[in-house]
Amino acid sequence: MKQFLDFEKPLADLQAKISELKDFSTERVDFTGDIKKLEKKADKLRKDIFSNLSRWQRTQLARHADRPYTLDYVDHIFTDWFEVHGDRNFRDDPALVCGFARFDGQPCCVIGHQKGRNTKQKVHRNFGMPNPEGYRKALRVMQMAEQFGLPIFTFVDTPGAFPGIGAEERGQAEAIARNLREMAMLKVPVIVTVTGEGGSGGALAIAVGNRVMMMEHSVYAVISPEGCAAILWSDGAKGPQAAEALKLTAPDVDSLDCVIDDVIPEPLGGAHCDHKAAAATLKSYLKKHLDELMAMTADELIEQRYDRFRKMTRISE
Amino acid sequence: MVWFKRKKAPVAPVEKKTVQMPEGVWTKCKNCQEIIYAKEIERNLNVCPKCDYHFRVSARERIDLVLDEGSFVEMDAAVRSVDFLDFKDSKKYKDRIKAAVKKAGDGDAVICGSGLLDGLPVMVAVFDFSFMGGSMGSVVGEKITRAIEKGLEAKAPVIIFSSSGGARMQESILSLMQMAKTSAALAKLKAAGIPFVSVLTDPTTGGVTASFAMLGDINMAEPRALIGFAGPRVIEQTIRQTLPEGFQRSEYLLEHGMVDMIVPRQEMKARLSQVLRIFTKS
Ligand SMILES: [Zn+2]
Repeated sequence: MKQFLDFEKPLADLQAKISELKDFSTERVDFTGDIKKLEKKADKLRKDIFSNLSRWQRTQLARHADRPYTLDYVDHIFTDWFEVHGDRNFRDDPALVCGFARFDGQPCCVIGHQKGRNTKQKVHRNFGMPNPEGYRKALRVMQMAEQFGLPIFTFVDTPGAFPGIGAEERGQAEAIARNLREMAMLKVPVIVTVTGEGGSGGALAIAVGNRVMMMEHSVYAVISPEGCAAILWSDGAKGPQAAEALKLTAPDVDSLDCVIDDVIPEPLGGAHCDHKAAAATLKSYLKKHLDELMAMTADELIEQRYDRFRKMTRISE
Repeated sequence: MVWFKRKKAPVAPVEKKTVQMPEGVWTKCKNCQEIIYAKEIERNLNVCPKCDYHFRVSARERIDLVLDEGSFVEMDAAVRSVDFLDFKDSKKYKDRIKAAVKKAGDGDAVICGSGLLDGLPVMVAVFDFSFMGGSMGSVVGEKITRAIEKGLEAKAPVIIFSSSGGARMQESILSLMQMAKTSAALAKLKAAGIPFVSVLTDPTTGGVTASFAMLGDINMAEPRALIGFAGPRVIEQTIRQTLPEGFQRSEYLLEHGMVDMIVPRQEMKARLSQVLRIFTKS
């Protein structure tokens, strides 16, 4: 663990102690007993922390700086990956990566938000906030997948679409809206995974799928807790309260029974503790859904996707 | 000094007068600051007779402005929002709904139905900004989707008049999903070759702009309406710059290719009729 959140700190301290003891262990001095004891203590602490996470803590986990991003999952899950660039109109948007690869040998299309790890990368990736050209690139590539009959996997991890002057000028709203409409009619399977932050329309613009899943510590909401707090509490610092009210965690969204199909379990301590294990579990879920969807015709896929979103209603009449 | 005084003097009495205005009789125009006889603004379709500023109008007034008299048949008037998340900020969502229904007399932020426009059968959905800022939750998304599906069934053109702050936060993820639901319905309408005209009025932002409101075969805007994805305050805070003059106004969107035309309220009905008759070859 390179970086840790406040509530991860006691665990990180304990782990530091364990590795220190391991380093000191030689043939003559044996700390095996102490190490075992501490490891047991760490396991218990980890379980305690992670079984009682608040919604705000889960939001922080979803944004964890060491969390696997789209290109990490590409590394672990897919082979034969090549990235494609640009919307053919304005520029390439590094906040949204698109390409083609193989999934267990099956040629496919991969699309996902991409965040950066260090400051330079973060700026390059615009903190995972796409501009209109990012969404237009994604649509171009999704329609290419349709042309060649390839299933599409999308990975959602964005604070939201970028709110800037250029973004407005070039039609951020139109770009998102068009994706929502066009994705509804795609003749190929679309499998969506919210891996980190599912931030509003900027997330949804690549998330109109036949299947939609959330990683255990991801969040998905109409607005960020901070943005919601700024409007409804007139205080952006009330994010923790807003997170509670928004019920944005994977189990919360799952409990609505219509928005997502699965919550994908993460390694204890979160996906950032073990990218490989997190990717392996995710892959097994992707495989299950892909097998089901590959057996469907184009018309069935469109109909199933339409019905899926059509049912998302809670009203009284 | 002397002419500073002289310049200032005529302004003061006007300001005094506004304070003493009997409520409802006189209105101060938000744009040109003129004090105008309220009845005169009303007679002018709620457009300022001095500067052409378009005041916000209620959904019912809007329907009267564009549909043939007595032709409107409302659908889904009894549909109500549900506080399924037990959402509470300073107030419970439950109570906000109750208060909004009581104040508006309508069930939610959009009114839908069928009617005739110059004799042409159409489906309309009209937002009411005064109902929780025209925000879109399950009810708004559902009513709009039904109106589109009805248009599909009846092969009638669909017109949506938007005026909304975006998705309704109190319904969290499900309000976001209304964007996908309504846009998917429009995909079917488009595939069937039935026209959809989106009319953007002041203000249209957020999830409403980023779904059906930008998807018109024709996008029309009323003059000087605020239209955008992110609100101006959010953008200003993000980029720490002041925004250019006229940013996110109808004229700016026209210039940047996001709307097809700007249509003053007085010409709206005639323009809609003209456009729809071309597309329906009638
Ligand atoms: Zn005026």
